Amino acid sequence: MSMPAVERLGSATLRQLGYVGGLVIQLGNAIGVLGPTLPLVGNRNRWRSAVQQMLAIGVDAVPMVAIMAVCAGFILAMQGASELRQFGAMQFVTDLVTIGFTRELGPLLTAIAVSGRSGSAFSAEIGSMIVTEEIDALRTMAIDPVEFVLAPKFLAALIMLPCLTIISNACGILAGGVFMQLSTHMAFSVYLRDVVHSVVLRDVMIGLVKSLAFATIIVQVGCLEGFRVRGGPDAVGRSATAAVVKSTFLVILADVGFTAIFYLTGGK
Amino acid sequence: MAAAPEATIAGPVISIRDIVVNYNGQRVLDGINLDIVHGETMVLLGGSGSGKSTLLRQIIGLERPQAGQVVVNGVDLAKCTVGELKKVRRSIGVAFQDAALFNSMSVEDNVALPLREHTQLAESTIRLMTWMKLAVVGLQKSGKLSPQALSGGMRKRAAVARAISLDPQILVFDEPSAGLDPIVAAELDDLILGLKRAFDMTVVVVTHEMASAFRIADRMAMLYKGSLIAVGTKEELQSSTHPRIRQFFDRVPDKIADTAGIDEYVRRYLEGSTM
Repeated sequence: MSMPAVERLGSATLRQLGYVGGLVIQLGNAIGVLGPTLPLVGNRNRWRSAVQQMLAIGVDAVPMVAIMAVCAGFILAMQGASELRQFGAMQFVTDLVTIGFTRELGPLLTAIAVSGRSGSAFSAEIGSMIVTEEIDALRTMAIDPVEFVLAPKFLAALIMLPCLTIISNACGILAGGVFMQLSTHMAFSVYLRDVVHSVVLRDVMIGLVKSLAFATIIVQVGCLEGFRVRGGPDAVGRSATAAVVKSTFLVILADVGFTAIFYLTGGK
Repeated sequence: MAAAPEATIAGPVISIRDIVVNYNGQRVLDGINLDIVHGETMVLLGGSGSGKSTLLRQIIGLERPQAGQVVVNGVDLAKCTVGELKKVRRSIGVAFQDAALFNSMSVEDNVALPLREHTQLAESTIRLMTWMKLAVVGLQKSGKLSPQALSGGMRKRAAVARAISLDPQILVFDEPSAGLDPIVAAELDDLILGLKRAFDMTVVVVTHEMASAFRIADRMAMLYKGSLIAVGTKEELQSSTHPRIRQFFDRVPDKIADTAGIDEYVRRYLEGSTM
């Protein structure tokens, strides 16, 4: 009885390692073909499709990201205030919201929103292209599917996730200000002055570096799930679910890693 | 008629030697040998699961064989570099079964895609060439439409226009008449014949439609369970006495239902339940 269990564990481990290996190889390929996607120096058609992707990944996601950030800003401020009020330390709500968003909530919430909106869309798009033989058609036309399909999405996500993160930071912090004005009648200008006082460039930069890593995870996982589709339309549906689940999981895993590294090296 | 092409060019355009392909431990192609010469129309015949689509994927270099070689225009696809493979692929035009057009682009842009990717031609030249390719397949008025707005037959013709956009030497069709009514399927057959005559191309067609096969083929190759059981002209295959070929041509079904087995099962079940 124990042997099959060990074997199962072993084969599951190998499968996961194989998946991560596939992810790394695809990332390497994607970085290799990112050049032609760049504006001015690259292929104009790739840049055009990258711009389309930026609209889909970034611009269309602004309302959702903004509303999520506003809600999270209120939540953070209210939860913080209910505790800090007991110590008469309401002014620290500003710090809580500012630091919480720039370091953590801004990039993370944005990544989760984009993973749900675009990660599933990537895998569904590529998966259905596999089913309808469009990916095969690209290869027979001597066009690299990674360059043609994946690279524009990758570039678009690398540009748009930091932008969305900044929007998310701003919305979350402004929501905190609205809460402070409603609950303590603190003037908005005073709140903003406190925010400027407590915001640290390093925190903002860390948040943006994280968002680049999250963008990489979302695009690579979403596209790999799409490329791995075999069979019919049901496989496309499953791949879209797997893309969201795996990329959200990996985003949080990466966040823990980043936070630990910055915690240990930052001294704060 | 069928022997004429062999006389013009010496070497075969596509030469398949002893290829073996396994999927998940199952042998799909087992030691196939086939030569396709310049200017002929080779029809690969076979039932579902005979391996004809797998053989097609080997010829167009989408998959590499586990053993043996596939030589196209003098390049061994099993061993060549990525650059060589890309060059070979540009000399092959493929029309897929369900057309495989990109729905995000117009029909025109689909046909123009290989030109935009592989040539440095000016946009006006590309437009003109695209229009000409669409005119060859009779779709010059449908260029601005989305592929989704086309009927099944029109989609396949658009796929042909895209396949010939780089003027390939070899044109490959996967099930051209699948899903089409007999009239539209016959139109497509005529298109294939016309293209071959006009552009001096080598044509490879995978199909199980006998009517279509006899209309377009110079030679036929018959696959059964991963092996090639016959290669020859239509007349040769038609007069063959091989039982599998006869069965395929005469549309004789395999026995699926095992009636004796059912009787036995019911008898044993009844005996068991009475005990």
